[in-house]
Amino acid sequence: MSEQITLTVNGLPVSVPRGTTVAVAVLLAGAVCRHSVTDEPRAPLCGMGICYECRVKIDGVAHCRGCQTLCEHGMNVRTDD
Amino acid sequence: MTTSSHDVIVVGAGIVGAACALECAQRGMRVTVLDRDVIGGGATAAGMGHIVVMDDSPAQFALTQYSRQLWNELRAELPPDVEFERCGTIWVAADEEEMEEVRRKHTYYLARGVNAGIVNSGELEILEPSLRRGLAGGLLVPDDGVLYPPRAAGFLIERARAKGATLHPGKTVQRIGRGCIRLSDGSELSAGFIVNATGAWAPELTPGLEIRKRKGHLVITDRYPGFVRHQLVELGYLKSAHSISSDSVAFNVQPRKTGQVLIGSSRQYGVESAEVETEITAKMLRRAQFYMPGLAQLSAIRAWTGFRPATPDKLPLIGPSPEDPSVYIAAGHEGLGITTSLATGRLIVDQLSGTVSPIPVEPYLPSRAVQEPSHV
Amino acid sequence: MTSAERKQFDVLVVGAGPAGIAAATRAAECGAHVAVVDDNPALGGQIWRGGVAGAGTSQAQGWMRRFLSAAPRLFSGTRVIGQQEPGVVLAEERDIQRTLRYRTLVLATGARERFLPFPGWTLPNVMGAGGLQALVKSGLPIRGKRVVVAGTGPLLLAVAAYLRQHGAEIPLVCEQASWSRLLDFGFSLLAHPGKIAQGLKLKLELGSTPFAANCWPLAAQGSGHLESIVVLRNGEKQEIPCDYVACGFHLVPNNELAALLGCELRGGFVAVDDFQRTTLPFVYCAGEPTGIGGVDLALIEGEIAGLTAAGDEITARALFARRRKLQKFVATLVRAFAPREELKTVPSQETIVCRCEDVPLSRIGVHAIARAAKLHTRCGMGPCQGRVCGPALEFLFSWEAGSVRPPVFPARIKSLSGREPEPELESDKTTGGIR
Repeated sequence: MSEQITLTVNGLPVSVPRGTTVAVAVLLAGAVCRHSVTDEPRAPLCGMGICYECRVKIDGVAHCRGCQTLCEHGMNVRTDD
Repeated sequence: MTTSSHDVIVVGAGIVGAACALECAQRGMRVTVLDRDVIGGGATAAGMGHIVVMDDSPAQFALTQYSRQLWNELRAELPPDVEFERCGTIWVAADEEEMEEVRRKHTYYLARGVNAGIVNSGELEILEPSLRRGLAGGLLVPDDGVLYPPRAAGFLIERARAKGATLHPGKTVQRIGRGCIRLSDGSELSAGFIVNATGAWAPELTPGLEIRKRKGHLVITDRYPGFVRHQLVELGYLKSAHSISSDSVAFNVQPRKTGQVLIGSSRQYGVESAEVETEITAKMLRRAQFYMPGLAQLSAIRAWTGFRPATPDKLPLIGPSPEDPSVYIAAGHEGLGITTSLATGRLIVDQLSGTVSPIPVEPYLPSRAVQEPSHV
Repeated sequence: MTSAERKQFDVLVVGAGPAGIAAATRAAECGAHVAVVDDNPALGGQIWRGGVAGAGTSQAQGWMRRFLSAAPRLFSGTRVIGQQEPGVVLAEERDIQRTLRYRTLVLATGARERFLPFPGWTLPNVMGAGGLQALVKSGLPIRGKRVVVAGTGPLLLAVAAYLRQHGAEIPLVCEQASWSRLLDFGFSLLAHPGKIAQGLKLKLELGSTPFAANCWPLAAQGSGHLESIVVLRNGEKQEIPCDYVACGFHLVPNNELAALLGCELRGGFVAVDDFQRTTLPFVYCAGEPTGIGGVDLALIEGEIAGLTAAGDEITARALFARRRKLQKFVATLVRAFAPREELKTVPSQETIVCRCEDVPLSRIGVHAIARAAKLHTRCGMGPCQGRVCGPALEFLFSWEAGSVRPPVFPARIKSLSGREPEPELESDKTTGGIR
């Protein structure tokens, strides 16, 4: 349970305990998940996979809900750069 | 509502009705527009918003070419929410047989002043990297475009109102004829002329019109800017649109200004229900992935259906009703309503005011003898 | 496609929150072949988020253990996106499509928070109440952080207690309900001794956390992220510096799948009979989608549905009396925590209402009906499919939710493309395969 997972967020390594979601890892990396159509910074709202504010690109696949995805070793996460 | 007199009452505030209303208002006529629902709520809301030149027949070519020109002239005045984008069309050829068709179209278009260029397999890959490798090539038509139809209809209506037209949404028309309109609430309006622009429902107000509903499905994705750059249509689309009796799907994909990818298309006759059919959607998406394998991973956020108003000869009805000179028909545009809306408005107002149109109007007159087309 | 998917499940449960867990457990204990599909990474839904490890109450722990003993098949991280045909549900796991055949279906899709917009609500670190709790359960550090909890409903207190337990500082809990409503609510709890015990436990956990009724958010402030929140407290503005805002206005049912399948809804909730059967044959519904009534009601509805689906109507019937008592809580909650009229004046014309498409109130308000607003502003056309803005617009303009179309959640194109025929698996050959 206290196993540490290392992944990258926008190229920077982040280490989190197993059981942490990608959305949280993004916040811990000091980033926001996305920018809205009028360029507002956005972070998770609902925490349960419904609001889609936590969308990030995971291992090349865009529009993944970060709050519903557990961090795995070596994951490459990108917010909308 | 009290009885009142207008020069023209347009029934139907879809994009065709909106264009007719604007043209008539611009020529100084007193115009009223009625719609039972919201502006652009019918096929206008459901369609792809493709502005395209098509050459199934000389008459279709003339109408689409004229109307596309009108859209390109209007372009600078369209507000951002109409999302007009002159992204061009690429007619995609999967094999050598379809490349023959590309060459034929190319010759036809160039001879008639429509810009077009043949692209080979390698050029196609550069223009559209998401298309699968190994396609034969295609025809690029750079002056085609796309827009967001409900806002385009909204814009035309707003312009018409600025010229004095009045709009009454949420009003259901029960009967039209002899310069008189009866609403479902019992009230009546009178007008010099009535334009029936109610699309797939036109035969309800003008019995005998040969317009049938042709159901189509669409799917839109989340935002993937740059995934597709032009409207892409497979040449097999023409076989699909040609056939007047069977259900079919064809590859037809559009980049929206938002970066969303709009995926079509399907055609079904004889289906009244508007529900999204799992099997048709699946078939349509499989066809699309055949041409663009990368679509598989894209997130689809909505699917919906619409009813194209289809006529037996695939040309719209634009002109006076044979039975009632006070009623003009502007309906039956099948999958080309957005493109040909502006020209339809012009042809209608020309006929109402006795002006000669820049293109011959005979092929679109409701009074034309409708021949059964020979099967391809 | 594994042999498990080719088989038909006797009972397929959608949702692994309390109602789903209870239904699946009871059905499996009756000997039925049961599967559960749930979007979250682990069991528990929202209120019991985090699986066995995250189970806070002994009630939750008890049910989770019982579920694991009964051992129904669990598809976590899997979301139902529509119906392939009657008797077959289409689901998506990451990017794998799953078709699951069932004889009976139990919808236990739960509820989500109602979000009401206010200026600044789109700032990072303004979250739902349950939303922030979910993120803390998912690893967000909260120790030493200042969190203002706001909105309405019993969830606020539960969230405040949880956050405090994990080291957060709660400057204020803002409940928009009036004191008289809360008092009525308190009195009504006398009919539910279990809830009084829960309430007392909460009170202990909350300790001296400041609580204000007649209090609601006016605006969140900050540049780039949340720095403070302005609340209206008994008619006076108060600015509170904070790191997070946990704000939600009670719950709305997740009834989209039920609507898509064709179940009748009444007043926005799924209509069910005494045995939790919907108007669709072989489809049951349990928990919040039938009426927001909290954990205890969800559990017993789940039990009744699971038992009946597995054929044990007698035991199900024996639970009717207890359910009847708990059902009263639904109306109690509605009375106490209905959002007040003043909340309609909180968003400004510039406040974004549809977050997916950034549509401000000013653009939406010019339209008379929902459909016009949707077509002409695109509000509700984004990936949340109106789940966030819909309840807000329903409150602000009394607009009803529109019709539901597939996919009931966004899905990969691949998942909507039907199945290619698959070669027979070895295991199917040896066991004769069930098709």
